[in-house]
Amino acid sequence: MIPAAFSYERPGSVDEAVAALGRLGDEAKVIAGGQSLLPLLRLRLVAPSALVDLGGIAALRGVRDDGDALVIGAMTTHTTVMSDPLIRQHAALLAAAAATVGDPAVRHRGTLGGSLAHADPAADLPAVAVALDAELVAAGPRGTRTIPASEFFVDYLQTVLAPDEVLAEVRVPKLGGWGVHYEKFNRVAQAWSVVGVAAAVRRSNGSIAEARVALANMAPTPIRASAVEQALAGAEGTKEAITAAAASAADGASPTSDVSAQADYREHLARVLTGRAVTAAAGL
Amino acid sequence: MTDTMARPDRVVGAAKLRKEDEHLVTGATTWTDNITLPGMLYLGILRSPIAHARITRVDVGPALSSPGVVAAFSGRDLADKLGSLPCVWPVTDDIVMPPHPPLAVDEVRYVGDAVAVVLAESRYQAADAVEAIEVDYDPLPAVVDIEAALAEGAPLVHSESGTNKCYVWPLESGDYEAAKAKADVVVARRYIQQRLIPNAIEPRSVVAASAAGTGELTLWSATQIPHIVRVLMALVTGIPENKIRVIAPDVGGGFGSKLQLYPEEVIAAVVAREVGRPVKWTESRSENFQATHHGRAQVQDIEIAATRDGKILGLKVDLLADMGAYLMIVTPGIPLLGAFMYNGIYKMDAYSFRCTGVFTNTTPTDAYRGAGRPEATYAIERIVDDLAAELGIEPMELRRRNWIQHHEFPFDSIAGLTYDSGNYEAATDRAMELFGYDALRAEQAERRERNDPVQLGIGISTYTEMCGLAPSRILASLKYVAGGWEHASVRVLPTGKVEVVTGTSPHGQGHVTAWSQIAADALGVPFEDIEVIHGDTARAPYGMDTYGSRSLVVGGMAVHEAAERVVTKAQVIAAHLMEIDPGDLDFEGGAFRVKGSPGTQKTVQEVAFEAFTAHNLPDGMEPTLHADSTIDPQTFSFPHGTHLCAAEVDTETGAVRIRSYVCVDDIGSVVNPLIVEGQIHGGVAQGIAQALYEEAVYDSDGNLTTGTMVDYLVPAAPDLPHFVTDRTETPATSNPLGVKGVGETGTIAATPAVVNAIVDALRHLGVDDIRMPCSPERVWRAIQAGGAR
Repeated sequence: MIPAAFSYERPGSVDEAVAALGRLGDEAKVIAGGQSLLPLLRLRLVAPSALVDLGGIAALRGVRDDGDALVIGAMTTHTTVMSDPLIRQHAALLAAAAATVGDPAVRHRGTLGGSLAHADPAADLPAVAVALDAELVAAGPRGTRTIPASEFFVDYLQTVLAPDEVLAEVRVPKLGGWGVHYEKFNRVAQAWSVVGVAAAVRRSNGSIAEARVALANMAPTPIRASAVEQALAGAEGTKEAITAAAASAADGASPTSDVSAQADYREHLARVLTGRAVTAAAGL
Repeated sequence: MTDTMARPDRVVGAAKLRKEDEHLVTGATTWTDNITLPGMLYLGILRSPIAHARITRVDVGPALSSPGVVAAFSGRDLADKLGSLPCVWPVTDDIVMPPHPPLAVDEVRYVGDAVAVVLAESRYQAADAVEAIEVDYDPLPAVVDIEAALAEGAPLVHSESGTNKCYVWPLESGDYEAAKAKADVVVARRYIQQRLIPNAIEPRSVVAASAAGTGELTLWSATQIPHIVRVLMALVTGIPENKIRVIAPDVGGGFGSKLQLYPEEVIAAVVAREVGRPVKWTESRSENFQATHHGRAQVQDIEIAATRDGKILGLKVDLLADMGAYLMIVTPGIPLLGAFMYNGIYKMDAYSFRCTGVFTNTTPTDAYRGAGRPEATYAIERIVDDLAAELGIEPMELRRRNWIQHHEFPFDSIAGLTYDSGNYEAATDRAMELFGYDALRAEQAERRERNDPVQLGIGISTYTEMCGLAPSRILASLKYVAGGWEHASVRVLPTGKVEVVTGTSPHGQGHVTAWSQIAADALGVPFEDIEVIHGDTARAPYGMDTYGSRSLVVGGMAVHEAAERVVTKAQVIAAHLMEIDPGDLDFEGGAFRVKGSPGTQKTVQEVAFEAFTAHNLPDGMEPTLHADSTIDPQTFSFPHGTHLCAAEVDTETGAVRIRSYVCVDDIGSVVNPLIVEGQIHGGVAQGIAQALYEEAVYDSDGNLTTGTMVDYLVPAAPDLPHFVTDRTETPATSNPLGVKGVGETGTIAATPAVVNAIVDALRHLGVDDIRMPCSPERVWRAIQAGGAR
């Protein structure tokens, strides 16, 4: 559990970080809290030549109101995300999911941007970002670009970020009048999700006007349960209708089989948990 | 919880805060890894990534040119000096005991088997250099499954042995086949005791230093057994025993995993002498998973025969026990500690037991909290529930019809042990009352009636176990090569302060506190005036160390006895000083008083000073006020209790939630109820962990797929229920303190209570067993399979 040698830089600004990454090349790795990276380093599953620590960049921390969206700095910790009043008011789904991440020590060190950029399909926050149609702002040598969450995650532990890009902030559209729920299923409190379901529901006159459902750990990337969303649009606001819609939760999913669950069980869980998440989000 | 009825003038029985805790919780500890010596080198170990292979080449040359490296050795380089690791429990005359080189020489036999070592100036340099060592392996077929290992033509773990069968050990009492012939009902089951990986918070660690002038070897080790390590180290390495000092400083948990002589301890000692510098090695958590011994790993075929009205007639157990790749110090004996416990608290006419030890290409197994007894208790408590279901008798009622009645003690069990005392009725009645048994049964019926997606089950575990390991003569009859005695010295120093020297070696149990309580009462001196010295063969030279819930029952008794002997000597001196016959003195509260004239007194402290100056002692009386005691117990002790678990099972997902957990334990007299409470909580947590969470999984090639805490699930506080604890106190009659031991009871009791609860919740759905750990997926699949019947 001893990492291989690496050099370490702690830039004070995003520009410096981007410059450092450009200078250090492909073998450098960004550390943004380290709650996933440090175990990988210690197990020598990765051995980057250099770490660029974003922890010294004050501008990457904090939450601000930007009209119809919240802008959350990438280095904002899970603890802040779960407790920040703006996030609790306008992006309650994100706050709820952040509260289920790891344990208190992990939540004090781990960051929203770190979780998104690491892109572990079993992680909770990427699924929430996809459910909320968040936009991810990346800074690179040619300036910044904005990437929809649905296009950010490419494959297992892979995103569209270039090696010399830094995830700077996350824009989360405010969801006024929606009910939300994050349904996490894991075996012990500190474990990754076996399956996670992020649900947001807008009701109208007793029926469901619109729903968004995203799944964690049902594919190499977080995915939207589009068939469920379509079935729910305009559906009756009843448990029966929701359960019927949730039956297609695993459509299009491609879960793995591993030591914590076989794929068919994950598909079953996705259906059950989607029903529960949507029911809770709908306030039923 | 029940507070022991404490007399205000007695310390035993009081919930004294632990003397150990201040330095532990403020970080002022001396873990072995905190020890740094001048010139110390760091040991790094290259381990086999392959479960079974011939080693065709080891080249440590590239490591030698790595920065900071002082030396590097292959197994062949050190073979003559390292010897073979011992197994001290050859359970049968014809047991197969293959050699066990601490560093593999020709062949590796499990993933994690040590292959080569480096010594470097820093831990980081050592870790880098390990990666530079070049090894060529010629892979051999591996065998991982115990039954597959016994099959004709199976790959051999030790080819020179010609078999993977290590031993077959039988125990017969009464005529099981005759009992079975009389039975109306026979229930047969196969239970799987999954392999578990101990995870003490402090990893293993060792520092070895060889003194240049004297050649004395000092070994600091995170061990439960400094005294045994000293003896074995001498035998293995040839270093004279009187040149070896072993120190167990602060040790952060063991649960049996530090009841061992490990390869790394021997390697560190030998290479420290080889290079003439101190050497430190501390295992990583990954190494803990691969190279610290594992526990359980048994297949249990069990059969119970009974009459239609629920009288148990006989029990048959056929056990396959996974030894792993090598025999560690007591590997073969672990299942046999359970052999005497499968009958549990029940009366029966016949018992047939057989255990077959099997080698596989996996990490060696050995003691893990309970060691054989959790496995036995699980099997009997599970099958009694299954028998109850088969007979249509309420499971607690079936137990009542068969358990040993309070008035029947002492009772000779069918397995050949004499249970000295017990009161199963009292513990069970109290547990049922605290649990609200009848109300929960009613709720269970309602949930079944309305087909609630969340079903409720009630799990019972009425357990007993054997503690106080162990009477030396019984150990001899079981072919264990050492004794089971324990030693203590009590010294009242000239200033009146007291030193208690114990041969037990605490690693979290609180002996410093408990032994102080015992000595304080016996001597009548303040609790605060007592220091307890342990875990250092130079300061506490005699001992058999700490494991198997033996420390209080054997070691605590030795403290009590030594203190009583001090009082006896002090009384003679006091009488001499007071010019009176010793028989005319009373001893109370630390002072000798003349009967009928209580104003005249000599305190123990005053006597100690007189014994120190020796100016005025009785003729022939030796100076100093101290005494030794070595206690060899005459029999085991038998804690028991009733644990009740209410589990909610989500039939849609298979998720299990423990809604309530009640344990009423009878551990005899209580020295410190706070320590007892801690042991019960931790023990139950570990028992629940086996039932619901933990399992070491190997793939068919022998790779450990649960090699980190991401995959091997150790529960934490949020995963555990609130524990309702209480006690009944039926003192042991086998020792004057009336104590029984509490270190393993929770672990032994809890596992079957939880699994019984889950099965009870689902029995109406056609489920009669779920393999541990009862993961949501396994529970869900059991429901699917049950419903499909």
